[in-house]
Amino acid sequence: MTRIATRIGIALLYAFVLAPIVLVFAISFSGDNFIAFPPKSWGFRWYHALFAHEGFARGFRNSVLIASIVVGLDLLIGIPAAYAIARLKFLGRDALLAFLTAPLLLPTIVLGLAILLVFYPLRLAATYPGIVAAHMVVTLPFVVRIVATALSTLPGDIEDAAATLGASPATVFRRITLPLMLPGVIAASALAFILSFDEVVISLFVVGPRLSTLPVELFRYVEGRTDPMVAALSTVLILATIAVVLIVERSVGMMRALGR
Amino acid sequence: MADDRRSRVGLAAALSLPATAAISLGFLLPVLWLARMSFNPVDSSGALGQGWTAHQYVELATGPFYAELTLASLKMAVSATFFALLVGYPIALFLHRLESRWKTVLVLLAICPLLVSGVVRAYGWIVILGDAGWINSMLRGIGLIDRPVRLVNNHVGVTIGLTESLLPYMTLSLLAGLGRLDRGLEEAARTLGASPLRTFLRVTLPLSLPAVVLGSTLCLMLAISAFVTPRLLGGGRVFLLATEIYEQALVTLNWPLAAALAVAMLALFSLVLVISGRLQRRVAE
Repeated sequence: MTRIATRIGIALLYAFVLAPIVLVFAISFSGDNFIAFPPKSWGFRWYHALFAHEGFARGFRNSVLIASIVVGLDLLIGIPAAYAIARLKFLGRDALLAFLTAPLLLPTIVLGLAILLVFYPLRLAATYPGIVAAHMVVTLPFVVRIVATALSTLPGDIEDAAATLGASPATVFRRITLPLMLPGVIAASALAFILSFDEVVISLFVVGPRLSTLPVELFRYVEGRTDPMVAALSTVLILATIAVVLIVERSVGMMRALGR
Repeated sequence: MADDRRSRVGLAAALSLPATAAISLGFLLPVLWLARMSFNPVDSSGALGQGWTAHQYVELATGPFYAELTLASLKMAVSATFFALLVGYPIALFLHRLESRWKTVLVLLAICPLLVSGVVRAYGWIVILGDAGWINSMLRGIGLIDRPVRLVNNHVGVTIGLTESLLPYMTLSLLAGLGRLDRGLEEAARTLGASPLRTFLRVTLPLSLPAVVLGSTLCLMLAISAFVTPRLLGGGRVFLLATEIYEQALVTLNWPLAAALAVAMLALFSLVLVISGRLQRRVAE
């Protein structure tokens, strides 16, 4: 008896956690002009409207482009730093890691404002370089931390062996270290991509009328009105996120790759 | 040997230079500039002036609006954290005790909102709580009300939305804390004749208090700085520190005041951390 009561209680708590996501999914198939639950008619009408919406399409293209550049640059400068932290025993590597992950300590609303105050006078606001740089501030810490963790859990013996057998440091890195840390790199890339693609608070401070991202467009749309088109877009975004996570999970194992 | 160490430091510096430069330019410099900006005067036309002033901080300390703002932020954060604890603790305890092959799936379900954008979840709550939303149409359907109950664009909506957005963090913190707890202690209490309730109150709960403090600290800080949920579910009618920073930075364009508000938020953070540190020491004893 108490067992059943417990189960029902837990199910209700889960319902609270999942309610908004489930409702968004359901309402995206509404055929009504505005949100009402349950909808009076059903259909794919808002999906058609979504793909014809110019602002969302432009935002989507910008967000994919920005997230891709962010991931590329993050890996380019993050992997060497992670390698230094995990492989080179030098004094101050803990301090270096702390410094590189420090942006995560600040709330994004403060960080966004701080970035605006510096980027605006430099004419970086509402430009691709500006938004990419702003996103790197909050994604690079994850890339460095994940790759450094992945590297430090790898045994150094194989690298030593390759070096002893005459491989140059560059060859050792390219042929041994890089393939071994690939799962960590893939997980870091996926996370950085999702974080950049979803980033809204910092983006709100650095976008402009000419250049905007998908989450910002979505935020502004929800601020102004609420019709089922947002639900259709949300469903697409949720499915895309799940797809990325599943791909990473299948290829390397997300949890293992994150080093947890 | 000394040469070797020096070359290693040189190599490390070279390898980490680009990342260090990026974080310096994108984080360190902006944060220092933010602190400087909070002391920047604003002239009568609203443009940035020259020199230094404490005007913003005087306004924050003496203006009744800002005292209310800070208090409202604190209250909202405390109540959302409290509700998150109320919902998250049973879920974490359930997951901790669960021995089933569905355990991983249920843990993932409990934390999956983390993967969904805050904008999307806020919109989901509007679908549920709005005037034409699920709850209102249900209440109207059974004839309980004839005018919609206001559940969004006020503190109720923001509290509900914030609670849900904090939950994954709370559940994860509690689950980690419960995981470190020795199962043998609970079993011992039970074999010695304690009822399940007594076992929970005298063994499980006290031992999980450090995790409660840790999870609540994390949630308090997340709630104080939350922006998307209060903005979208508050509909511009709920005034908190975070929404005011945004307002001053991008609508009113009073950057020094926005910067001072941001500094005030960080001060509130340190206050939470100090109190949490005290509590943690007391709980550990």
